[in-house]
Amino acid sequence: MANPLTPAQAPQTSEKTKQPKPGKTARIHTVSQRIVEIVSDSGEGAQTAGQLFGSVCAKAGNGVWTVEIIPAEIEPPSRSRAGASGNRIRFSSQKTRNMGDKADVVVAFNDQVVYGRIDDEAMGPGTILIIDRKWRNHADENIRKAYIESLEDFEKRGYDVREVPIEAETLRFTENPQRGKNMWALGLLCALFSRDIEHARTQVRAKFKRKAKVKGRADAIIETNLKLLDSGYEFGLDFFDERYEIPAVPWKEPRVVMDGNAAIALGTVAAGIEVCSMYPITPATSATHYLAAMFHKAGGFIHQAEDEIAAIGFAIGASYAGKTPITITSGPGIALKTEFIGLAVMAEIPLVIVDVQRGGPATGLPTKVEQGDLLAALYGQPGDAPKVVMAASSIGECFHFVITARKIAESLRMPVIVLTDANLATGQSDFPLPQFDEDWLSPPIDQSPWEEGVSPYAWDPETGVSRRPIPGQPGGMHVLTGLAHDENSRVAYESKINQQGMRMRSRKVAAFASTLKPPKIYGDEEGDLLVVGWGATRGTIEEAVDRLRADDEKASAVHLRFLSPMEPGLKDIFSRFKKVITVEVNYSDDLDDPFINEENRRYGQLARLLRSQTLVDIDCWTRVPGKPLAPGLVEEALRKKLAVMKGEE
Amino acid sequence: MYGLKLDWMETPEAPYYTLEDYTGPEARWCPGCGDFAVLTAAQRLCRDEQLAPEKTVFVSGIGCSSRFPHYMKTYGFHGLHGRALPVACGIRARRPDLNIFVATGDGDCCSIGSAHWIHAVRYNMRMVVMMFDNNVYGLTKNQTSPTSPEGLRTYTHPRGAPIEGMDPLQVSLAVRGVSFIAQTVDFNPQHLLATLTAAYHHPGFAFVRILQRCPHYTPRAFAPLQENPSMMSLLVHPDGIDGGESMTRLFPNRIEHDPSDLRGARVIAEAEQGIPVGLLYKNDSVPRYDHASASGLSATREDRVKLLEQQLDWFRI
Ligand SMILES: Cc1ncc(C[n+]2csc(CCOP(=O)(O)OP(=O)(O)O)c2C)c(N)n1
Repeated sequence: MANPLTPAQAPQTSEKTKQPKPGKTARIHTVSQRIVEIVSDSGEGAQTAGQLFGSVCAKAGNGVWTVEIIPAEIEPPSRSRAGASGNRIRFSSQKTRNMGDKADVVVAFNDQVVYGRIDDEAMGPGTILIIDRKWRNHADENIRKAYIESLEDFEKRGYDVREVPIEAETLRFTENPQRGKNMWALGLLCALFSRDIEHARTQVRAKFKRKAKVKGRADAIIETNLKLLDSGYEFGLDFFDERYEIPAVPWKEPRVVMDGNAAIALGTVAAGIEVCSMYPITPATSATHYLAAMFHKAGGFIHQAEDEIAAIGFAIGASYAGKTPITITSGPGIALKTEFIGLAVMAEIPLVIVDVQRGGPATGLPTKVEQGDLLAALYGQPGDAPKVVMAASSIGECFHFVITARKIAESLRMPVIVLTDANLATGQSDFPLPQFDEDWLSPPIDQSPWEEGVSPYAWDPETGVSRRPIPGQPGGMHVLTGLAHDENSRVAYESKINQQGMRMRSRKVAAFASTLKPPKIYGDEEGDLLVVGWGATRGTIEEAVDRLRADDEKASAVHLRFLSPMEPGLKDIFSRFKKVITVEVNYSDDLDDPFINEENRRYGQLARLLRSQTLVDIDCWTRVPGKPLAPGLVEEALRKKLAVMKGEE
Repeated sequence: MYGLKLDWMETPEAPYYTLEDYTGPEARWCPGCGDFAVLTAAQRLCRDEQLAPEKTVFVSGIGCSSRFPHYMKTYGFHGLHGRALPVACGIRARRPDLNIFVATGDGDCCSIGSAHWIHAVRYNMRMVVMMFDNNVYGLTKNQTSPTSPEGLRTYTHPRGAPIEGMDPLQVSLAVRGVSFIAQTVDFNPQHLLATLTAAYHHPGFAFVRILQRCPHYTPRAFAPLQENPSMMSLLVHPDGIDGGESMTRLFPNRIEHDPSDLRGARVIAEAEQGIPVGLLYKNDSVPRYDHASASGLSATREDRVKLLEQQLDWFRI
């Protein structure tokens, strides 16, 4: 059975006419999905064009998942592999939850950035490569030569190369093609994929209205960009012999499309949070940029602190004073916040912490994808610091998890960490339009007199939960402390009291776990191989499992949203499969590495947790490519695993 | 109800707070520790100003002096070493109604918390900071502090601190945004209380360095001042700290200093001779970050829902 999500065979065009034929009628193929990349030197706007194209596709009703292509350096030289900057957009007639495998179409502003994509294994035979032909006539002979050689190489690699006068056409409308090629290319893509050009025009208008506001030249800028868009579109209508149509998904409900950091910011508004305290760090910062642009309209305040320690300290102060805040950061920031997270656990201070993970350790891969902070989130603090840790697997969850996290933080009186990652942060996807619920907002702070005789940590022996007095409440006066303390918040070093305090803080997590349901199994309830994942890999793992199942393999998947406490029933679920394996974007030793055996192998982070928690011999397959895992890659790894299992039988 | 009008009822009188209302469990500092005097002064200040205990928060870091909040009967926050100021700023952010005091040591403030100290001065959020400077790490038992004088023998520098200590007054006065810097001594209760009172009334970040005796580790640090008050210079001015005549008489050296004069304050802080006691600088019109941070307090739930729906609409497919 063919999987509806596998890329349709790229069309074979025998006739390679490169000259536009005015007024020709193209053949329009209806296909179920496409993967498009647009790449340029950094600063040429391919990222913007890609984002807009993603929105246009979503507006056209397609399921969308995008991944930013981020150059390795901030200002890489032009025409360099490392400088490839842009966006990958996968759009389809289905829910779309990962970046897919090889690109069907790549639009490139020069030949060198194409090599960046080749290095990234983003292209394959049949990929249509639309490239600016300007290099053919470049003044510098070396560049001309390099271009011709690259083109020959591309043909050899089996790409379907289409040279297009991107810059030449752009120059008809603007003196600075660097600032216009992207819009022309966007128009071209709209033609190739039969997009409604009005959608694109709306997006372009809105984009430049926002951007140009500061410069005060909005109208002129918008006008030029619309002309470029239209020109690219019309050129495309003439140029392509074959064009595509990707029918809309018959969505039942209204939807929104945004990136994960925007979703975090909107979730913050929806949760009734009033204070966001942060220190800039990629890839988390854009969430606070977006929040900063609008938060004041809801009375919210963003504090840019002097460092991450101060950021969380400020947040904790605000929380103590009655306003559950949010602090948004990435791995290095989590490292600095560690001591304060411990304080929030110890003194039971509600707090939402978002960790938009990037590659680590140290400064690591600042802009790239990794799921490396799971154990740091759970165990980063010295001593026992039980808390709730949850991981968003989609952009919709980025929105909803902030709301959930605030509620959990307040009802359990503890910090809650929400993990997302660099892909979710900057990638766009669609999800159902959230329907506002009054319950999402935090209640106003309580300033009524504190009930007499109730201590500030009147732990319920069953659940460990207690209510907190807030400054301003008469009769609630107490001294919150990070030292071991009794129910009255009195410093206490006695063994019994310490044991009791620890027990109560741990019990809250257990009590919360008892309210969770076992995770749903994707696929059959039993079988040969169960793949377990967490975070943004969900769509990838499920697509890989789909492909295995299409070949009658008995594979299923389970995805965990809560990592602390874990959702219940895992041991039982695992017992119904011959083998359980995690797939993660963090480092683990492979069993055939030198020195490595089952005893000393360093497992993936979720695998370690699950092994210790369930005593099941859980395997892992993890990679740290600095980008999302492609479903094909996971599929291949799982097939190998299944083959080994069969060999063993 | 039943047509009764209730406006004949007496409104309950505002309670009168006595010292007891601010007195927590018995303080456990070493006998002779200067911290006791500060505690007494703070409790008297609260009483004199009739601060509602539930509206008053003492925030501290870690150190002997940071035990302070435990001995008050107000709200308190005894947090992490060096991190009292970010917490206090966070408390202030959305709570203009609270009285906020910070207790911090010279290690807490000027070493591990030094970044926060400089930025807190710059933020100028309303609070009183009592910096207990005993020239040494007390709680961890006798290590060199950033304010230890060169040559001070401690367990980390048994042959004497190798470099000169920093001057918290000079550092604070160098920060743009500074709005209130005073220095006082724990052994003159009148001046101490007068200084804290002036700090409390200051509309901004009031930083008070308290020269604090540690009988255990630095018994000689400030004893010479006590024995020979002419080593100090009392800053006097109509806009300065008024400790009354009996107090003023204790200081043979007096300098006329207008606290609005920042340059003059810096010169005094830098002077080789004469440890200044009194108000070095005060400026009520420095912009306050807590005004910015509290600017959204009047927003309503409707504002929020409107914003959310507007934004969601923008992202709508
Ligand atoms: C992160 C961290 N580092 C070190 C310590 C140990 N420590 C506690 S108090 C202190 C210094 C106390 O000196 P100071 O701030 O001058 O206060 P004092 O005890 O003299 O009042 C140190 C180093 C700690 N609690 N936390």
